[in-house]
Amino acid sequence: MAGHKQDHDFYIPNSSIWPPVTCLGAGLFMFGMVSLLKFSSFAGKSLIVLGLLVLVFGMVQWFRVLIAESRARGFVNPPRVLDLANRYGMVFFIVSELMFFAGFFAAYFYIYGFNLEWPPSNIETLAAHLPAINTLILLTSGVTITWSHHALIKGNRAEARKFMFATWLLGVVFLLFQAYEYAHAAFSIDSGAYGSTFYMLTGFHGFHVFVGTVMLMVAHARLNRGDFTKENHFYFEAAAWYWHFVDVVWVGLFLFVYIIPS
Amino acid sequence: MSHTAVANNAHTSPKKKGFLYYLTTVNHKDIGAMYLVTALAFFFIGGLMAMFIRAELMAEGYQLVGQTITLMDLGFWQWKVSFGPDFFNQMTAMHATFMIFFAIIPALLGLGNYVVPIMIGSPDMAFPRLNNWSFWILPFAGMLMLGSFLVPGGANAAGWTVYPPLTNAQYSPGAGIDMWILAVHLAGASSILGAINFIVTILNMRAPGMTLFKMPMFSWSMLITAWLQLVATPVLAGAVTMLLTDRNFGTSFFNMAGGGDPVLFQHIFWFYSHPAVYIMILPAFGIISQVIETFSRKPLFGYATMVWAMAGIAILGCLVWAHHMFTVGMDPRAQIVFMFMTMFIAVPTGIKIFNWLATMWQGTLDFTVPMKYAIAFVGMFTIGGLSGVMLAIPPIDYAMHDTYFVVAHIHYVLFAGSFLGIMAGIYYWFPKITGRMYNEKWGNIHFWLTFIFSNLTFFPMHFLGLMGMPRRIPNYHPMYTDLNLIASIGSFALGAVQIILVINFFYSKKHGKPAGDNPWGAKTLEWSVSSPPPEHNFEKMPVVK
Ligand SMILES: [Cu+2]
Repeated sequence: MAGHKQDHDFYIPNSSIWPPVTCLGAGLFMFGMVSLLKFSSFAGKSLIVLGLLVLVFGMVQWFRVLIAESRARGFVNPPRVLDLANRYGMVFFIVSELMFFAGFFAAYFYIYGFNLEWPPSNIETLAAHLPAINTLILLTSGVTITWSHHALIKGNRAEARKFMFATWLLGVVFLLFQAYEYAHAAFSIDSGAYGSTFYMLTGFHGFHVFVGTVMLMVAHARLNRGDFTKENHFYFEAAAWYWHFVDVVWVGLFLFVYIIPS
Repeated sequence: MSHTAVANNAHTSPKKKGFLYYLTTVNHKDIGAMYLVTALAFFFIGGLMAMFIRAELMAEGYQLVGQTITLMDLGFWQWKVSFGPDFFNQMTAMHATFMIFFAIIPALLGLGNYVVPIMIGSPDMAFPRLNNWSFWILPFAGMLMLGSFLVPGGANAAGWTVYPPLTNAQYSPGAGIDMWILAVHLAGASSILGAINFIVTILNMRAPGMTLFKMPMFSWSMLITAWLQLVATPVLAGAVTMLLTDRNFGTSFFNMAGGGDPVLFQHIFWFYSHPAVYIMILPAFGIISQVIETFSRKPLFGYATMVWAMAGIAILGCLVWAHHMFTVGMDPRAQIVFMFMTMFIAVPTGIKIFNWLATMWQGTLDFTVPMKYAIAFVGMFTIGGLSGVMLAIPPIDYAMHDTYFVVAHIHYVLFAGSFLGIMAGIYYWFPKITGRMYNEKWGNIHFWLTFIFSNLTFFPMHFLGLMGMPRRIPNYHPMYTDLNLIASIGSFALGAVQIILVINFFYSKKHGKPAGDNPWGAKTLEWSVSSPPPEHNFEKMPVVK
């Protein structure tokens, strides 16, 4: 930075095109949504696909830069302030996600209390077997990711990789089971308030499982490539926190949507 | 001082700054300035909508609604605009929308972005690229919002509160509401990620010795505001998502027939939108604290109580949302709880008002333009706060709900509060941002005209409301004519005099007197560096004792 030595550990990046590229992607996606909902379905779908491609491309590039920077910095003794910034950032991001779900849960509880019978008698509710198995899957994945983390801390990278693989595989299985459940449900999102709340909650949760799974896959790939050290593996931890968050939301969902009403 | 200034100037080598530079910049000062310019543009867009509303309400009967007006007549070619019956409704909804999401919040975030990192001794924000994202998503949100005027059915005509069932597919079939929702999603994402950035910056990037309780009050206000944005905005995103699926995918969250309830929307919406008022006022509190402190030549009176008062307002502010909904038929016990919680906010707010007065007490007051704005803020915001206490009382609210009294209240809070606060901040930091002084004489003229005309515009609305005039209705009983005429004249003048601000700033930016590092003799860190500050703010990390 302009030639003289900087006397702080903060990292000030150079200008970057990737944030505005992702903005463009998000903007195109939104215009596509409008078109899909109200005007031309074809134009809408095209814009949505284009927007998503631009968005994902921009994000991938952006994250590649981040990873390259952390590699260039090395994984030994990173500046403490940078590590802290990342940690704070991830924690507050999860707080915002938690509040997003809190809104939907609030709506769910309101509607639950508001309706005289819940589930409504015209709804053929889903059996609890599959969600119970899914609960076990997510809880197990919570164990495997912790196992992987401990293996990494102990320096046993092979084991860390194995358990990381198991974790995201469990995520994929969860998603497949959920897709199976959706395909066989006797009610849909437009079957009154029950269908609305059910699909909104499980749908957004499923999307978060998908995002978490992708994060874990990236963590796995980075483990394979030799990133991270015993002491410094922020990305690994961030993915694990996110995964635990997704896990906790699911437990809430399982209890309040599947178990308690029936 | 001159020595450092020279060194700093040598450091910031002049370079050509084109569109690509601003598109990709990650510098908090560039981004802050872009926020401010964008907010200014949207202030005028939102202001024009207010002008339409006031023109319609200037006299009884219909002035503009249902009329076709010829803007230009060249004989062979005419430029005509016609206003459909719901255009007035679109104006009331979109005036609020633009002012809240695209003018006031970005203006405050812009000031925060520019000033806070320097104030706390940091070279930039914690996540500079994310900061760029938070800004550049706004033009897309703005395009969606503005674009909604062009689609069949026009923009959102159901109020900025977008209550169902009025916003159901049945009653608002056009794309306007959908575009409104998606634009709010984008603006909300910007707000949430911006909030994370502010919180992490302030928690993590303070200079050595700058403990939390040594931070200037503006930094505190941005920290607390960011916290509110972080917890409240995702809930708004959820609320409008449910509205979107109700409209387009057959869900029944707010649909009685399917087992939902429109009142649920109001609960979730106001869980965001009451705190949103604090998102728009707490940074103004911070600005006012800096300005009064500087121009009273005294440290802020009761610094710690100021911080706790602000935190108290933020916490209580999350627990009072239902005072907007007394008329929906809520349980009276709940109404009493929400009434007391709301009135209780007057306690920390009162602490702040008295602390500002105590700071000025026996101070060596320097009546610069920002100080005049700050003093006007204290007086006028108090009026808005007191009318808020009145509206918090359910029996009074039953009578006042949806009348012009509410409009008067909210404008004393958001115009006399947020806008005057923003003005105080802009005049205060203008020399720092541009390196030049604004024209004092025209600044004073702008202040006095704004002060007079804003009261002329908004004060009569209290009486109109007490007389029972409903808001959001383009026509009214003849007994409301005189006061409406006064309010309309006031508002046209108020809008027109803002041109002075623009001319003053764009002229002074180039031709004003050089400001020097610290024209105000202020104590905070941003005044210890050159004006404008060097690219990364500090040559040497400042150490605070
Ligand atoms: Cu409120």
